[in-house]
Amino acid sequence: MSADAVATAAAPAKRRGWWALLRSTGPAGIASAIVIVVATFMAVFGSALASEDPYVGRLSLSFLGSGGGNLLGFDAQGRDVMSRLLVGARSSMLGPLAVVAICMSVGTVFAVTSAWKRGTYDAVVSSGMDVLFAFPGILLAILAATVFGAGLPAAALALAVAYTPYVARVLRGAALRERSQVYVDALSVQGASSFSICMKHLIPNMAPLIVAQATILFGYAMVDLAAISFLGLGVQPPNPDWGVMVSENQSGVVQGYPMPALAAGLCIVVVVVAFNVLGERLYERSQAERR
Amino acid sequence: MLVATLLISSFIIFSAMYLAPGNPIAVLSGGRSLPPESIRVLEERFHLNEPFFTQYWLWLKAALHGDFGISIAQRQNVSSLITARVWTTAALVLYASIIILVIGIAIGLIAGLKPGLLDTSSLVATSVSAAIPSFVAAIVLILVFSVKLGWFPTIGTGEGFAGTVHHLTLPAFALAISSLAIVARVTRSSVRDELGREHVQTAVSRGIPYPQLVRRHVLRNAAIPITTIAGITIASLIALAAVVERAFSLNGLGAYLVSASNSKDFAVVQGISLVLVTAFVVVNLIVDILYAVLDPRVSLGSRAT
Amino acid sequence: MSTVTSEVWAAPGSGPPSLLEIEGLTVRLPVEGEERAVLRDVSFTISAGEALGLVGESGSGKSMTARAIDRLLPPGAQVEGSIRFEGRDVMAFSGADFRTYRDDVAVIFQDPRAHINPVRRIGDFMTEALRTTGNVPKHEAEGRAVALLHSVGIPDGERRLHQYPHELSGGLLQRVMIATALLTEPRLLLADEPTTALDVTTQAEVMAILDDLRREFGLTLLFITHDLDLAAAVCDRTAVMYAGQIVEVRRSTLLHDDPLHPYTAALAAARPSVDATAHRLTAIKGRPLSAFEAPLDACAFAARCPHAEDRCAQELPALTRIDDGLTRCLRAEELRGDLGVAEHG
Repeated sequence: MSADAVATAAAPAKRRGWWALLRSTGPAGIASAIVIVVATFMAVFGSALASEDPYVGRLSLSFLGSGGGNLLGFDAQGRDVMSRLLVGARSSMLGPLAVVAICMSVGTVFAVTSAWKRGTYDAVVSSGMDVLFAFPGILLAILAATVFGAGLPAAALALAVAYTPYVARVLRGAALRERSQVYVDALSVQGASSFSICMKHLIPNMAPLIVAQATILFGYAMVDLAAISFLGLGVQPPNPDWGVMVSENQSGVVQGYPMPALAAGLCIVVVVVAFNVLGERLYERSQAERR
Repeated sequence: MLVATLLISSFIIFSAMYLAPGNPIAVLSGGRSLPPESIRVLEERFHLNEPFFTQYWLWLKAALHGDFGISIAQRQNVSSLITARVWTTAALVLYASIIILVIGIAIGLIAGLKPGLLDTSSLVATSVSAAIPSFVAAIVLILVFSVKLGWFPTIGTGEGFAGTVHHLTLPAFALAISSLAIVARVTRSSVRDELGREHVQTAVSRGIPYPQLVRRHVLRNAAIPITTIAGITIASLIALAAVVERAFSLNGLGAYLVSASNSKDFAVVQGISLVLVTAFVVVNLIVDILYAVLDPRVSLGSRAT
Repeated sequence: MSTVTSEVWAAPGSGPPSLLEIEGLTVRLPVEGEERAVLRDVSFTISAGEALGLVGESGSGKSMTARAIDRLLPPGAQVEGSIRFEGRDVMAFSGADFRTYRDDVAVIFQDPRAHINPVRRIGDFMTEALRTTGNVPKHEAEGRAVALLHSVGIPDGERRLHQYPHELSGGLLQRVMIATALLTEPRLLLADEPTTALDVTTQAEVMAILDDLRREFGLTLLFITHDLDLAAAVCDRTAVMYAGQIVEVRRSTLLHDDPLHPYTAALAAARPSVDATAHRLTAIKGRPLSAFEAPLDACAFAARCPHAEDRCAQELPALTRIDDGLTRCLRAEELRGDLGVAEHG
């Protein structure tokens, strides 16, 4: 048998299509995916869908209840809540996206290179990761805000840095397992370069885990970023970010007008639950597939 | 290992000041203009004319003695400003930790030991509550228990022990709610795992009664992963407390950290950050020790992933 | 469905009383939503003081039989037939009777490291049952434990009691497991592949200990293994299982040279022999069937049997007596004598 045939025979089967994968996550997974699609839709088309300008408000309408075309009423500054939610979806979704994109890429690079090279490099990187492991992202974000000034980019970057050690550690284990599979040696023997093996085989085989991890992290990033915006250190008012909206309208809760704050809070919770549930299902599938 | 974390963190905290755009004086003064004498005092005080590492070393040494410098905004010793607020934060974190441990582990235990309706509903409940950020929980709790029902006050810390507990109840729950879900989840799956283990079968075959079995073999063994997750969650509370403190207008370290950040009061930010990181490291240390105590296969200093 | 009554079992003349009688035992487990049979009409008896070997490949149901006897079946298991211990129905035991039963029957498991709680000390493991259900004070329980450790060849028992499982080797742990099994002064020992997880040298040691202790304490032993020769070495009689059914029961010494069932013959032939010249290893073609895959109205082994005829696929053979053994083969009488392993030149 040629080495080629061995490699093909030994390499784990390619994943089936996206649709089959989604269906396998069950009704909960599908429902979550729908929620995520809706949220993405809002993020992309929010400004077009909003009936009123989310930045313009009339104080006379402050906290007025729902009526007419304003389904959710007005916020503290007399702005239409629905419009603000729709437009705010963009920053609320983009932030976590940036965080996840960065920490997953950097984490994967660290994980795969560590698993591949082993030895001193691995030891150094792993210790480094261990030291920073579980360091609270919010603290880092506060520091970043102090240094660079408040704003979404600094906060997102800080969170990405805080999450990277966790990602690197989780993926390193998976990368090690892939590395020890027979097909890797078979390909090496054939003369394939380490880089091409990693890019064409190792990482794609880790893809289910990577996707699952990214989904779960998106949820965490969203919660953390919303909290940072709530503190006033992330997205700045008057931008209609969901976290900002909660902080702006908090006074309304005690005064008897909870709707604006609750609506924003609810948006956050629903989307995060969707990401968590989908992510967990995807994770279970990625583990099951491995066996 | 943890000492390394502490050192590196303190280094990051300190050098952050140098990353800020503008010269250190401008950063220290927060952009306000100062008379030349003040500038000279600052330069001396913060050893700004000395090499970087000397400055770091001096700062660290002072910090170890409890001297964090002077707050620009308040013109007071940072350390006294910290001490005034640290008890609020500590009480809040402690209260929330108790809630997480007691309720979280209880839910996880029941769900793990008794499959069926209780279990499924706990899964749903924990899925949802894990996703609730503490500030959202805060406003919901305020809405229901403070405004509508009037059982708890909305803001402030209260006087005396009973008063403090009363005031801190809503904040503690807001802080605990998402961490509670995670602990409950892990407890449930650990208990489930242990129930299925072979050594439990051995005990059953020898006629060990169920209550003893659960206590001595299932719980005792499940305690290991539970302690790890409980430790991680409680450690993270230290930073998350800031959010809750803001939401409830509590005068704690976290809230102060945020306002100091806004006013660019650097010495305060550094001081509080260092205190928080130290607390974080201490909690992790305790977890490591507990882990070594609970699992005789593990020697101190290594924590299995 | 045939059942074997005790008349078939009773050897000519009266023998020692039977300690354990299993009749028509059928066990079904819920697997992925459906009920699957893991044991089909299993029947055998063990006399007091006897050692019975139970041999089979993976999936034959031998471990499940032991679990059924000790009532360790997973939840949702459906049990038909009867298991009688000293004439009393095991499945009906409850309360104090059940506790006594658990004391009377001790199990030695396959992988000692997985079966002993890693976070508790050896002493705790050994004395737990005595202290909780037996109300024996700790001091006395430990004394007994040390004495038993001595009998299994562990001299410094006192020290061992304070050690943790991860500090002991697999062989030592299995001895501890055996000693622990004996602590409750059982009447019946169920040894479920006690040496499979050990290396060959340790295997021999542990088997020797098991054998000695059995004779010394007059214990009844059900010895489960996949190794036909091992069973023959230790047990008076051996039962062979295939696809959840008993297919042969025979005196161990006769099993190898004069088997009654083609499967037994195939098992015996498949084992490489040290003093034979190198012939091809005779493997049994096909793969072993699990109990739920076995047909209800035909011989389960027919598909792989070199002696199969048409009627083997049409009729479920009953367990019939030949000589002083039992076999589940329609052609048993005809094949008598032809199934023995040929002597190699």
